[in-house]
Amino acid sequence: MIDKRVTEAEVVAELSDGMVIGIGGWGSRRKPMSIVREILRSDLKDLTIVSYGGPDVGMLCAAGKVRKAVYGFVSLDSVPLEPYFRAARQNKTIEAMELDEGMLQLGLRAAAWRVSFLPCRAGMGSAITEVNPKMATVVSPYDGQEFLAMPALPLDVALLHANRADTRGNAQYLGSDWYFDDLFAMAATRTFVSCEKMVTAGDLTDTGPVESIRISRLFTAGVVEAPFGAHFTHCVPDYYRDETIQREYVASAKDEGGWSAFRARYIDIPEADYRAIAQSSLEKSASAS
Amino acid sequence: MSATRADVCVIACAEAFRGDGEILASPIGLIPTLGARLAALTFEPDLVYSDGDAIQLGAPLSVSASSQTPRVAEAWLPFGHMFDIVWSGRRHVMMGATQIDRYGNQNIACIGEWDQPKAQLLGVRGAPGNTVNHPVSYWIPKHDTRAFVKEVDCVSGVGYDRAAAAGPSASEFHEIRRVITNLAVLDFDTPDHSMQLRSVHPGVTVAEVVAATGFILVLPTEVPETRLPSAEELSLIESVLDPNGTRAAEVTA
Repeated sequence: MIDKRVTEAEVVAELSDGMVIGIGGWGSRRKPMSIVREILRSDLKDLTIVSYGGPDVGMLCAAGKVRKAVYGFVSLDSVPLEPYFRAARQNKTIEAMELDEGMLQLGLRAAAWRVSFLPCRAGMGSAITEVNPKMATVVSPYDGQEFLAMPALPLDVALLHANRADTRGNAQYLGSDWYFDDLFAMAATRTFVSCEKMVTAGDLTDTGPVESIRISRLFTAGVVEAPFGAHFTHCVPDYYRDETIQREYVASAKDEGGWSAFRARYIDIPEADYRAIAQSSLEKSASAS
Repeated sequence: MSATRADVCVIACAEAFRGDGEILASPIGLIPTLGARLAALTFEPDLVYSDGDAIQLGAPLSVSASSQTPRVAEAWLPFGHMFDIVWSGRRHVMMGATQIDRYGNQNIACIGEWDQPKAQLLGVRGAPGNTVNHPVSYWIPKHDTRAFVKEVDCVSGVGYDRAAAAGPSASEFHEIRRVITNLAVLDFDTPDHSMQLRSVHPGVTVAEVVAATGFILVLPTEVPETRLPSAEELSLIESVLDPNGTRAAEVTA
């Protein structure tokens, strides 16, 4: 029986400069941050990041890993604007492909279905067609109506974080929304899923109903057991967002040398130390509320 | 207790949903959320509304509820379904706007040139798709000439002129219903769909609104006052929807 267990370092060893990497989750929610941290520690560069963006996009921009970002938004939810993404856009250190949220979904779906575009109304009349000059429209052969032709967004790799996964690579979502993680997986050549807790193959129905197992091993190449792997973003029901550390992250962008200090404290440390910080910080905020 | 300006704004937001029936009301931000939930509790009882996450609410929820507060779920609305609902047209969203022009083109993406913005904001989010698929209203808590501009820097939400120019796939289901601010209520019910003053909030003059608007506003011969909340509405706002009074901080005027 296939065993897809890998470590974050083994995932990052499979990545290379210039790759198109899709990151699951939404804003500051259930982001595969332990794999993102491992990318931050690596010498990877020139990545194209496709994301419903949160601190994943911000941190990768801050560390100079991003050549191009493809997004509908980049936000920290409780803090609307992502400071490091803003800086990257304002200093023009990254290229950008800005999309309507629904168009991003459609681009992933087109890639998943192996068609080069899907039609939609979204984007018609907006700046989207101006800031993406290569984006074209298509005329329906049935009624002559013109729609936007959202191009497929094929990914070299997708990185996701789930609540549970099994050793064969099936992934389970126990919160109320799996966002577009399934589409990211299907749009990618290879998908790596980190999870809060790994179980033996076949045991996921013990931890939740069968319909919570949203991603089949058909679409995954590796699974990483990563407790607190989404921290400081939220990973309900395992934990809520750590607003304290998110605020510290946001504040770091205001200081000269703030990113270096943040990364020394939270990124350039062993992942086991990070987990201990995450656990104690979440316990502190739980006892305070 | 008498009604504050914030309460009047809540009422104006609620009124934007009048007549919507059984569609999804998607308010973004505190005052629109209070408005939509108030409408659902009073004159639009079939309105569908969510907790802002994946839960369609079966009972009113205070705007102070955190993600950990228990809630009554009536149905499930994950984001994947949300886009299906948007594209089906069964929705009325009330979004914010950093900038808006006389035809209702809205910007939340960035200030300055898109290529290298002076200030990067959220990105266009769902505004392009929302505006061409179902009714959209805007809530602007600070009505001034920085928000009400001749031309927006990046068209996120599509206005009437651009929807018409882009053709039927943009204009067929396009409707900008209302713009509600701390000073007034505005709409586009004019022959060329340019923005007109619909009502001023009690205590605000038409001249103040005109001065705070960076383009020529259509002025009807008589501008009524935005209505005040009824005693029942005020009590629902105060006791059920916003018992902590958080709305006062968002509307200071």
